[in-house]
Amino acid sequence: MDFAAKLITIVYYCLVAYISAILLWNLIKTKSWDKELLYIIVLVPFLLRLFRLK
Amino acid sequence: MDNVRAYIRKMILAALGLALFITSGISFYESRYLKEPVVLGPGVTRVQSLGDYFSGIRDTTNDCNVYFLEGKKQGATIFILGGTHPEEPAGRLAAWLLAENAVMEQGRLIVVLSASRSASTVTRLSGAYPPGFTIPTGWGGQKFRMGDRWTNPLDQWPDPEVYIHYPSGQSLAYVDIRNLNRAWPGRPNGSLTEKTCFAFMELIKREKVDILVDLHEAELQYPVISTIVAHEKGQELATLASMMLSDNEGFKIGTEFSPKNLHGLSHREVGDFSNAISLLVEAPEPFLDATRGKTTEEILLTGKDEFVVKAGKHGLLFEKIDQSGWPINIRVGRHTSTVLQIMESWTEDHAERGLICRSVPRYAEVIEKGIGYYLHDPSKADPKRVVYE
Repeated sequence: MDFAAKLITIVYYCLVAYISAILLWNLIKTKSWDKELLYIIVLVPFLLRLFRLK
Repeated sequence: MDNVRAYIRKMILAALGLALFITSGISFYESRYLKEPVVLGPGVTRVQSLGDYFSGIRDTTNDCNVYFLEGKKQGATIFILGGTHPEEPAGRLAAWLLAENAVMEQGRLIVVLSASRSASTVTRLSGAYPPGFTIPTGWGGQKFRMGDRWTNPLDQWPDPEVYIHYPSGQSLAYVDIRNLNRAWPGRPNGSLTEKTCFAFMELIKREKVDILVDLHEAELQYPVISTIVAHEKGQELATLASMMLSDNEGFKIGTEFSPKNLHGLSHREVGDFSNAISLLVEAPEPFLDATRGKTTEEILLTGKDEFVVKAGKHGLLFEKIDQSGWPINIRVGRHTSTVLQIMESWTEDHAERGLICRSVPRYAEVIEKGIGYYLHDPSKADPKRVVYE
């Protein structure tokens, strides 16, 4: 159980990092200001989890 | 030109996002790592850690302090558990007053202030809880972590689809796998929460605890409120204590019997899996009610909320509330008096193994002087007598 939880956690953090990177890339690429704002707002909780703050 | 404008706009928005990330991150970090001082009272004879009872919990977030107050005269052992649910702060604060003030003349008092230490390092996800609260004192004020009901997901994750309680096999809500009061008696190879309960069970057995009192608070819309929930071994003791408190102290407290088929709770499993009598005490906390208004430090401390009052007028509550609310001093005073009365009622029947405690303020004293009066200034205390939660 411990091993499975650790494995899932590692995969989970990899996914969080991947999605954060995608959001950042989309932020750079988009030309629409409302999408930029949306990407920024969505990115914050992902970063908070990635840095293990909440 | 358009590209330059878009670039500047992106930079401004990214700076705003970064500011949001940094400010919220600092708040969460401080909430997780805030050091709460405990000035050891004259009655504290030693401080151990939970990891001393089970190595599987040592140096984890849940390796909490265990305070021992040993009387000169032999007697029984009572174990007070504060902070099972840190979002119910009266339980932690009442235990704090015991650690900083109590002196045992007969018997032994064991106190834990942060039973679910991990849960004290996080607030309710998406709940917009205040990160902490301050109790005013004569020397300025003492800050405490707010805390949550469940173990911090940073310490225990992921949750299953359904939580199957060990050893009963009962299916419980998935999130309760991180609820310390749904994981008793725990197991050595389980989740962090289960390991924590297992460590407490080891402590209870090794220290030959006679009575466990688990201090809680409840929303007014919850039927189990203003009561002592008792395992069948403790029904007589709880009933006697409740009668004495209701007659002598100026507040009503009832008794309820622990359901035999509801598993994972301290009042059921500690009684079933050890020799200890297990009791759980509930005080009213409007902050937890779903119909409350803005979730602020003020409502946490004053217990005043117009929406909860309105719910009461519609007959939706199991406890009375009016404009004066349920201030924290009242809630903590209920707990200190209940603990003292349980000791006194026990001693009436077991004089040779009594529990005699002094210097702990009762209900009326806590209301009159406030909790802060009984919290001591760590900057003026002997540094060897200050520990941190």
